[in-house]
Order: sequence, then C-alpha cells, then structure tokens
Amino acid sequence: MQVFSLPKSMKENCKYTFCPGCDHGIAVRLVAELLDELNLKGKTILAASIGCSVFLYDFLDVDAIEAPHGRAMAEATGVKRARPDKFVFTYQGDGDFASIGLAESTHAAIRAENLTGICINNTTYGMTGGQLGPTTLIGQKTTTSPMGRFKDTYGYPIKIAEHIALCEGTAFSARVALDTVAHINQAKKALRKAFQVQLDGLGYGFVEILSTCPTNWKMTPDEAHERVKNEMIPVFPLGIFKDVTEG
Amino acid sequence: MAHIVIDESKCKSCFICVGTCPKGLIKKSNRVSKLGDNLVEFKDENNECIGCAMCATRCPDLAIVEVHK
Amino acid sequence: MAEKQLLKGNYAIAEAAVKAGCECYFGYPITPQTEIGEYLSGRMHELGRGYVCAESELAAINMVIGATSTGAKAMTSSSSCAVALMQEGLSYACADELPVVLVNVMRAGPGLGYIYPAQGDYFQAVYGGGNGDYKLTVLAPSTVQECIDLTYRAFYLAQKYRNPTMVLADGLLGQMMEPASFGEYPYPEIDNSSWALTGAKGREGRAIYSCARDEDAQNNHIRHLFQKYDLIAKEETDWEEMNTEDADIIIVAFGSMGRNIKATMRELRAKGLKVGILRPITLSPFPSNRLNELADKCKQFIVVEMNMGQMIKDVKLAVNGKAKVDLINRPVGQWLSVEEIADGVQKILNKEVAYASI
Repeated sequence: MQVFSLPKSMKENCKYTFCPGCDHGIAVRLVAELLDELNLKGKTILAASIGCSVFLYDFLDVDAIEAPHGRAMAEATGVKRARPDKFVFTYQGDGDFASIGLAESTHAAIRAENLTGICINNTTYGMTGGQLGPTTLIGQKTTTSPMGRFKDTYGYPIKIAEHIALCEGTAFSARVALDTVAHINQAKKALRKAFQVQLDGLGYGFVEILSTCPTNWKMTPDEAHERVKNEMIPVFPLGIFKDVTEG
Repeated sequence: MAHIVIDESKCKSCFICVGTCPKGLIKKSNRVSKLGDNLVEFKDENNECIGCAMCATRCPDLAIVEVHK
Repeated sequence: MAEKQLLKGNYAIAEAAVKAGCECYFGYPITPQTEIGEYLSGRMHELGRGYVCAESELAAINMVIGATSTGAKAMTSSSSCAVALMQEGLSYACADELPVVLVNVMRAGPGLGYIYPAQGDYFQAVYGGGNGDYKLTVLAPSTVQECIDLTYRAFYLAQKYRNPTMVLADGLLGQMMEPASFGEYPYPEIDNSSWALTGAKGREGRAIYSCARDEDAQNNHIRHLFQKYDLIAKEETDWEEMNTEDADIIIVAFGSMGRNIKATMRELRAKGLKVGILRPITLSPFPSNRLNELADKCKQFIVVEMNMGQMIKDVKLAVNGKAKVDLINRPVGQWLSVEEIADGVQKILNKEVAYASI
C-alpha cells in the first residue's frame, strides 16, 4: 500500500529553488497536501510574496498573483472581496509579513477578512543573504548585526502569532515548527484549522511556522534544527494562541 | 514489502533523511549529484523498512516521492 | 439625451464608476476626493458590491491589484501626496498588465502641500514615480460631464488594453457643481477569460507576476508593454481643438485649466489676435503628433498650467523646435482667470517676459 505520494496540487516535475535543508519545502508540501485533502484545487487563489517564497507559483498548481513586498494581505483582500467563493491565502516570510507588511497583515486580521495567512519565521532575511529581520533573536549575528542583535540598538524580535491573536477578527492563530516529525504533523493540523476557519467564514486564519535557514545561519541542516529547538522555541513558544472554534 | 522511492534529480544532499530513518536504512551514497554532492541511497537487505514515511515527511525537497507499506 | 442633474465632480466620478460596473472600491480618505469614498461606501453596500476602507493608500492600490487580477472591475481614488504612496503598486500593475482604475483629484504639493487646487501631478501621472519602464493611460477631464465620460472611458481602456488607467482631475473639478448626465455606460464588455485568476478549475494554475527569470524574458516583456503603449497612442489619443486652422497663437492647457483658455481665446479674437486652443484629453498618450503638425503653421504656443511648468515639456518635445513655446502659470491656488491669461499672452507677445509666471 502506498502511504506517501506527492500531492496533486503540486505542479508536475516541480523542483524547489530553496537551499538544501531549508524547511520551506516542507511547509509548501503541507499546503499542497491540504489543498488536496480539502478539495481546494480548482478554487484557490494565492497571493504570493517577495523573498524566498517568491516562486511559489512554480510549485503549487493554483492561480496566483505576485504581490509587492509586504502587500500580499492587501492583494488577498482584493481577491477575496472580488471573489468571495474562492479560497484565498498568502504564504510569506517574516520580513514580508511582519516587517514591511505588518500594517497589511494586521489590518486584514482586524477586518476579519476570510483569508488564511502563512508566515515562515526563520529569524532572518534569507533571499538577500541573511540580514537582521523583525524576528532576529537577541544575540543573533546577521550581516547587518555583525556583533549580534543587542536590544539597545536593534530592539526586540516580534512575536507574530501572539500579535495576530490579539486582533478581534482573528479566528485562529498558532505557532508551529518543522524540526521534528511530530512538529510537522502538528503544523499540518494547525494549517488545516487555519484553512478551515476561512472555509467556514469565521474570519482570519493564521499560522506562523518556525523554519530554518541553514545557508544564512551557516549551519548544517541538522544543526539548524537543533537551533530551532534550543534557541527559537524558547523565545517563540509553540502553541495555539487563538481558536474561536474551541469553547 | 515496505520501501521508499527516491527521485535523485530532486535530492540536494541535506541528509536530513539519513538521520531520520529509525532503522538507519538511508545512507550517504558514493555516487554524486550533478552539483558534485553525495546522493543518498536506500538499502534494506533484511526487509526492515516499516513504511513510517518519516523520511518523506522531513525531506524538504520532495525527493522521496513514494513510500509503500 | 439623458436628463441632466446638478452634480458635484466627486459624486459624478463615483456614480459613473458604479454605472461602469465597478465591482469593488478600495480607498483611504484624503481631501479633496473624500466624497468619492463616502458616496461609494453606501452605494456599493446597497448594490452588494465590494468596499473596503483600506488601512493606507499602499494597501488600497494593492487591493485593487488583487481584485483586478481576478478579472473584476475595481478602482481606488486618492489625491496627490497619497497617490505618491501608490507608485509602487502602479508600477507592478503596469508590469502585471492589470486593468486598475485610479482617480487622482489633485491638490497642491510638494509634500503635504494644501487642499488648494493645482496641477502639480502631471509628471507623477504621465511619467510616474514607480520603478522601471512603464506608462499609465491618463485621462484629464475639464468638466463634470467629462468626469463621467472619462470615468466610463477609463474602465473601458483599462480593460481593453490591460493597462492601469488614471483619471487625473483636480480639486476644483472634484468640488464644483455643474449640470451633467450619466446616460448609460457606452462601451462593450471585454472578455478576460484568457488571463484572469479564477481558481484554475479544469486547467493548470496560472500566475500573474512581474519577476523576470532572465534578461531575455525581461527585455521581451518590456518591449511587449511598449508595443501596447504604441497601439494605445495610435488608437486612443484624444484632444479638443478650436480655431487652430488660422491661428498665430495656440494656447494649450489640460483639465479644468482647459476651461478658461476658451474664454481667453474668444476675448483675444475679439481684439483681433488669431488665437486657437488645444486641450489634451489623454495626457498619456499625449497628442504630440497633432501639436507637431500644428507647429508647421503656428509659430507661438502658450501653455497654461497650475504648476511650475510640467506639460510644457511635452509640448516642447512635440513641437521640436519648430515654434516658440511659452508658459503662463501659477503653482497653486486661485485658478488663472481669463484676464490673467489674456494679460500673460499680451506680455509674451510684447516680449515683456520670457516666462509669464503669475
């Protein structure tokens, strides 16, 4: 019996452009699996973003509009208001979602848009070569914080899932990781919920995914996953921060 | 018989699968990809694979394309 | 002929958008165009169409991009310093070939400026502030009736050529009342099934994007865009012209400044001066060829603008040295009166000033 096959919502012969060992690929696969399982192929429109996720439309067999940096949630809002019967989601990095696009991301939640947002948090700007981003950890060295992120100069990392959970229009907000099989399974469960709240018209569904950037962290993939466990999860705790379907 | 299928053209030699297989059935291969990195190979001479799909679950590049149980 | 009503420019634009079939409006308040968003908030709700009070102009233009990517007719409206915020989105919309409709009811600048009427956004509209090689289609109404007609045309041209189209009005036009009639939306609907995002039912997913994969792809895409702009110029360039056949002097003005030049022409003709006028209705494409033809006979062009001289540069390029081109202008505020323009023309003819800035 075949227990694993590639999702049908993946484009044929799709080859990722991510670096070796980058967790982006797992997140995209989970999205594709859910598009299959929730029968969303044929009724989905993606607002793609700028960053490592920019070529998502080459991987997922869905209709997609490429948004300028940070504006994916605004474009998704436009798509959804024009075509409320479609399933509309964004897939963004932390810089896109929570730095340049924080206003768009937050206001879509405040307006209780029936949208799903997925944010990949790898504590850096990956595509441009590892600069300090909104989620860079205290002490973390990047190309623009060569001595490490110290709070007096650079301030603190943003906790995105908690921030989105504070918005009244948010139906679901969770933070997950991809460093272990158990966490990957939890991630898929959270994504399913974030998809489902949109389909049920309950409001904004959001999942922040802790991910790795072995290239810019200058680590092997295994070391990078250790870092997720030992350094990221203590600062960005995993869990569900809001779920209107629960009591 | 439980086994996996690897699409070598997609493998980027991150070796996450090597450390993930609970039975240690995936190993670094001597063969190299077109980028010059070692590929991985699945060797299961004693039929130990249980078809858990943990390797496929963690493969970030969709290189493990099938798992049979 | 449909019945005329006394209409304020902003309301005329808003209701014309409704009649043109605008399915979604996204906007952020800014004087002097706020009535457009106010009017549409109720009207779109009543019709069950989309309306969002966007968190910023940046978001508003991107919401329009999102909506139009699905093939829906959608628009936003704004003013000057806030249209500046939309430039990124406009560059993307041009590259993505999306039928965005944008209304700019100009106020004074630079910076925050003030809510006085002005025409300082000619460059912003025609040459753009976004990155890369692109052109908007820009229509400039001069009456409330034209606010209606050109809003209709903006939706049509945006759809027909898949190019963002701007209605460039100004505070005077937005705030004044005039009799005008809506009639019916006079244009055919355009089939967009070949490119619109509909969810990919029964076909492979398609993506609308501007990220070029290599040099050739980028070159080819820009060349394709400019072939389209050439076609728009050939088919859609529009202007109003009066008394140019025998004119020694042609006054050129756009938008509501195109009103007083007609009375000025009549006044100066009464004094024996052979004056004609040309009012570009499309600023982009600009009626360059016609101006160049006219420059074969007429040796003096006078451009009248409410800015420091922006359109005059396009007139000079069109005339290409064949005739003299002078400017009568005021950067912001009280519209140049017939007397002021007539006086400016006399001064230019008497060579009292090379540059009749009032």
